[in-house]
Amino acid sequence: MCPEHIIELMHQYLDEEIDPEKEQILREHLRSCKECEIIFNELKKTVAFVKSISNMQAPADFTAHVLARLPKEKKKVLAARLLRNHPFLSAASLFVVLMMGSLFSTWSQDREFSVTNQKNLVVKNNTVIVPKGEVVKGDVVVRNGKLKIEGEIQGDVTVIHGEKYLASAGHVTGQIDEVNEVFDWIWYQMKKSAKEVTGFFEQ
Amino acid sequence: MDAIIKKRIKQVIKGDQDAFGEIVEIYKNSVYQLCFRMLGNSHEAEDIAQETFLRAYVNIKSFNQDLKFSTWLFRIATNLCIDRLRKKKPDYYLDAEVAGSEGLTMYSQIPSDTPLPETELESLELQEIVQKEILKLPEKYRSAIVLKYIEDLSLNEISEILELPLGTVKTRIHRGREALRQQLRYV
Repeated sequence: MCPEHIIELMHQYLDEEIDPEKEQILREHLRSCKECEIIFNELKKTVAFVKSISNMQAPADFTAHVLARLPKEKKKVLAARLLRNHPFLSAASLFVVLMMGSLFSTWSQDREFSVTNQKNLVVKNNTVIVPKGEVVKGDVVVRNGKLKIEGEIQGDVTVIHGEKYLASAGHVTGQIDEVNEVFDWIWYQMKKSAKEVTGFFEQ
Repeated sequence: MDAIIKKRIKQVIKGDQDAFGEIVEIYKNSVYQLCFRMLGNSHEAEDIAQETFLRAYVNIKSFNQDLKFSTWLFRIATNLCIDRLRKKKPDYYLDAEVAGSEGLTMYSQIPSDTPLPETELESLELQEIVQKEILKLPEKYRSAIVLKYIEDLSLNEISEILELPLGTVKTRIHRGREALRQQLRYV
């Protein structure tokens, strides 16, 4: 039977925690004791065997399976990744934000009365009148004021933040738009820009 | 490496699952291997390894950044494996009769050994023998031996993973080593 303290030294050796003095004691003992030498070699062989089997790989679709089982991702992160991966989208969304900002500010700032300068229009105290029997050729835009149509307008009419009265005898050949709410205003601006763009290409 | 993991963990805390996917890629083999050596079958090993990563994801905010991430991950995995081993009852016995067959036992369902090139056969057999002997170890020795020799971790890391004093870890490894020696000495 091998001495317990020598077995202990063998384990210290295998743990790589033996100090040189004790290693010397172990080596000397092993030289003189056949039985201990066998045990020591068997222990070393055992360690080598156990180490030799360590080479395994997870199944191929392991990561996908794990990700599929995770709780749902937060929307904020999804959006952030979308923008990171598609720079054009982030540029576009920034553009939209800035556009909206400027639109809102122009909507709230623009409180001055104004009217398209057309012949035959009569302006009285923020009220624009198309007199009876008169014909206005071209579009009319009125901001922050009223529009009374008693005659005829050959073109589009737009009233922003105001009112329009169409007398029974009055006549408008084009479209009539009344813009009184912010969203109408934005829609109007979008249509206008679209028209400008298409107009630019038509030219 | 550690810096990358730390960065990924921060992204995961923000909810980024792609970053977590990268973490899984880095550790999947070692976690799977740990589970396989502890449990001894690939189906359960995959199940518990997935569960490990799932728990890690859900509890990532409680991860103490002073610790090594792998230490924390291996701790989750070992605990899950030990839980599974304690709950586990044998699903079937080889000598149980196969349902709907007269006198056929599960032994007859095992394919006969096909001849393999001699060296391959030998190394395969050796692997199987060693795996079988590891599975025979009591779970407390098994986890220490697997972490030490299969995952190649230091005694200090193992003591952190198992949340045990260093001395206890050493004793378990010594006993595990001795038990394996008894079984493998004539191989």
